[in-house]
Amino acid sequence: MSRSPSKPPARPRRVALFVTCLVDLFRPSVGFAAVKLLEEAGCTVEVPPLQVCCGQPAYNTGDRATTRAIAAQVIDTFEGYDAVVAPSGSCGGMLSHHYPGLFDDDPAMKARAENLAGRSHELISFLVDVLGVKEVGARYDGSVTYHDSCSGLRELGVKAQPRNLLGSVQGLELREMKTPEVCCGFGGTFCVKYPEISNAMVGEKSADISSTGADTLLAGDLGCLMNMAGKLQREGSAIRARHVAEVLAGMGDLPAIGEPERG
Amino acid sequence: MSDATHDARTQILDGIRRSLRRGELAGEARNAVDARLAEPPRGPSVARARLPQAEKVALFCQWAEALNATVARVGAADVPGEVTAYLARNNLPATVAMAPSPLLEGYDWSSQKMLSIRRGRGEGSDQVSVTGAFAGIAETGTVVMASGPDHPVSLNLLPDTHVVVLREADIVGGYEDVWERLRARYGKSRMPRTVNTITGPSRTGDIEQAMELGAHGPRRMHILVVRD
Amino acid sequence: MESTAHAFKENVGHALADPNLQDSLAKLKVGFSERRRQAAERLPEFEALRDRARDIKNHTLAHLDFYLEEFERKVIGLGGHVHWAPTAADARRIIAELCQSVNARTVAKSKSMVAEEIALNEHLEALGIAPIETDLGEYIIQLRNEPPSHIIAPAVHLTKDQVADTFLEHHAKLGFDKRLTERNDLVAEARYVLRQKFLDADVGLTGANFLVAETGSSMLVTNEGNADLSNTLPRMHIVLASIEKVIPTLEDAAVLLRVLARSATGQESSAYTTLNTGPKRPGDLDGPDQYHVVLLDNGRSSVLGTEMQEILRCIRCGACMNHCPVYGAVGGHAYGWVYPGPMGAVLTPQLVGVEEASNLPNASTFCGRCESVCPVRIPLPKLMRHWREREFEKHLTPKAVRQGLALWSFAARRPALYRRLTGIANRVLALFGRADGRYRALPLAGGWTRFRDFPAPQPGGTFHARWAKRKA
Repeated sequence: MSRSPSKPPARPRRVALFVTCLVDLFRPSVGFAAVKLLEEAGCTVEVPPLQVCCGQPAYNTGDRATTRAIAAQVIDTFEGYDAVVAPSGSCGGMLSHHYPGLFDDDPAMKARAENLAGRSHELISFLVDVLGVKEVGARYDGSVTYHDSCSGLRELGVKAQPRNLLGSVQGLELREMKTPEVCCGFGGTFCVKYPEISNAMVGEKSADISSTGADTLLAGDLGCLMNMAGKLQREGSAIRARHVAEVLAGMGDLPAIGEPERG
Repeated sequence: MSDATHDARTQILDGIRRSLRRGELAGEARNAVDARLAEPPRGPSVARARLPQAEKVALFCQWAEALNATVARVGAADVPGEVTAYLARNNLPATVAMAPSPLLEGYDWSSQKMLSIRRGRGEGSDQVSVTGAFAGIAETGTVVMASGPDHPVSLNLLPDTHVVVLREADIVGGYEDVWERLRARYGKSRMPRTVNTITGPSRTGDIEQAMELGAHGPRRMHILVVRD
Repeated sequence: MESTAHAFKENVGHALADPNLQDSLAKLKVGFSERRRQAAERLPEFEALRDRARDIKNHTLAHLDFYLEEFERKVIGLGGHVHWAPTAADARRIIAELCQSVNARTVAKSKSMVAEEIALNEHLEALGIAPIETDLGEYIIQLRNEPPSHIIAPAVHLTKDQVADTFLEHHAKLGFDKRLTERNDLVAEARYVLRQKFLDADVGLTGANFLVAETGSSMLVTNEGNADLSNTLPRMHIVLASIEKVIPTLEDAAVLLRVLARSATGQESSAYTTLNTGPKRPGDLDGPDQYHVVLLDNGRSSVLGTEMQEILRCIRCGACMNHCPVYGAVGGHAYGWVYPGPMGAVLTPQLVGVEEASNLPNASTFCGRCESVCPVRIPLPKLMRHWREREFEKHLTPKAVRQGLALWSFAARRPALYRRLTGIANRVLALFGRADGRYRALPLAGGWTRFRDFPAPQPGGTFHARWAKRKA
């Protein structure tokens, strides 16, 4: 008999974690939170060691040749898994929505890209929509506000799923922003190519976050979170930023993004 | 057609065909677009205007009022009296410029002793106009005006106050029903010089995005919906 | 108008420092999107209508030559004239000659973005013909000698007080020497001043929202009624429209009208939707003696059949800019030419050259909100990305970006090397950031740390390093 009420009856799935560059480099705990959530939901999680990046920096700079080379590498690396799951709507959307279009002139590669696209998911929507997870056994004593990262929201339809799971977290209160769906101004390389515009956007976002009175900001994409956390901290705000997977996995007691280790 | 015009025309049309990687439309492709023009397909129909006639009339009145027109529902015999009463209620002069239309001549204006009527086109100095309407659109509370000798367009635009006389029977569901009526009246693919579809008074949001009525056209629109 | 799109970054600096503009934009961001959302919710068929609108425009573009010829045939049949203008210069010349043919002194103009595109006003003025903008917003910016900052709300960047000052400066000589403070008084004064100009104008010039091939009609959508006065009172009516404005039938117009007003202003319907077909008829008491349509190409035909074709579906509602966080931060003037926001970021490089406008398609986070509200479902982020690809091919991408990308992609294509490099970066950043958990300044990351702190990595190594240890 399963200890977790959220565990689906389905057979364990062989799931590959697409870690994402930012999680790998800056916040490994998000990756471990993802592994924990997937394992609790009955998946067998593997982390293909040859994975690097999904190719968005090249793709969004207009370097199609490099993007194709990287996409081909990703397609090879993730061959054969039941599902490929990323704790990011942006990277997940790249695999599931943009790869096939890169190979319009190469039917064999296009078929492989479409096959990968069909198996690729953003973490939280995979848990809810595919695995049928309805609740998690976590606790978080605090009020949170949730930012809808753009790719997850508009490419993948991630909106209700994280809120539904957060609703099952003991002690957690959700306070919505006025405009949780408006971009935070990160945009990958955008934030350093057009720093003044990006700053105006994240400034507006931090005002919206602050006006909720929540003590914690959550989102499903580390890039957006680093941007918003960095702005809040520069403004002297005490609001902490975490990846939603960390809170759902019961890892909400780790130092928040940009906070030093305690003790 | 001058040579320059002809060259420019050829240049644009040839450019389009080059980009579309084909020549002039011919054969089946040509027949398909000809057929589409001959029998125009309708888009998704809007449920809210698919109603029995009485409810269409009510929907028309509801939307017209929501979009800043005023509406009075009257019997045919009361049309002239309502015009006079409306002018009095709003402290407007009892002088109107009226469209020289058979529809309006069907009402007994001689009953309004104080009302001074000038029939003809609109002038810059007109305060109030009275016109008929070709149709009303229930979906949005819109009145439709077809220009002609009996309906100068300037009457729809120049006066501060526009009084519209619309028969209940002329209220239809959506634009598509108006197009059908226009085709029936003027012939297929034939249109009067101007068809104005007007929804409420003139307005502008150009200063600080706040809606103000009466930008260039009428400040007030009063619609008399006449029972059949 | 002269493009300043190349100076986008400087324009942005001015825009962000302009408090009046920032006040206006704050209002725009909330107002337009909220009104559109409500209007869409009131109409259950809205999404189906958007699909249909997209399909109608796609069908038209695939048969554009046919529908243009059909439109022309109908206009001529009713005594009107059609003029074909391959370039902006051709359109300017045609319109000037038409005005001169009736010895026009003034032209009553109704807001036309295509007229802005071809810089018509400057041309007419040089010939001694006075163009008078009659849309209130366009009139205000004409008095101020400014370009429009929004395609449907040209003076959206100005406050009421700025308008009051402008009117006092220009209307005092007409006897209006009191500075007004209320919006309705400003509107009333403009109405009074412009009414006489309508009555005196020799030519009325309007744009067109749609040209209906079935009937040879030009269709215009306004709220003020200025376009209707422009096409009714003067003796000559000139319609200036670009070739992609043609649609097949009135039924198609009904679909497009339903999505246009709701997407633009959140209205159920604009106040005036007008179909004009040919000149005044026998027996008519008013209307123009002459009716001319000028069809402008200006590079559009060459967009057909390319990866950019979908931008030709645009019906100029402005929803993309109303919902764009970049437009919302910097306003329309920063884009430097006629068409701002996402649709401008796609169209402007086409019309003024990608070298001139290279910043515009790059100044986007690809947040996708524009595409999500576009009434004809133009994939604007995808088209902006195509411009970035063309820039990259033409080596227009800034050198620093190219070099950074080349280094990164060299590593990203070599997983073992990438692991070593990220391992080093992780350790260094974690070590020096350990005390504070974040950086206030960081070499090579000035764009970031000028405005935000930069989070230090969690200590303990990269995910992959730790995962390998866990598995070992």
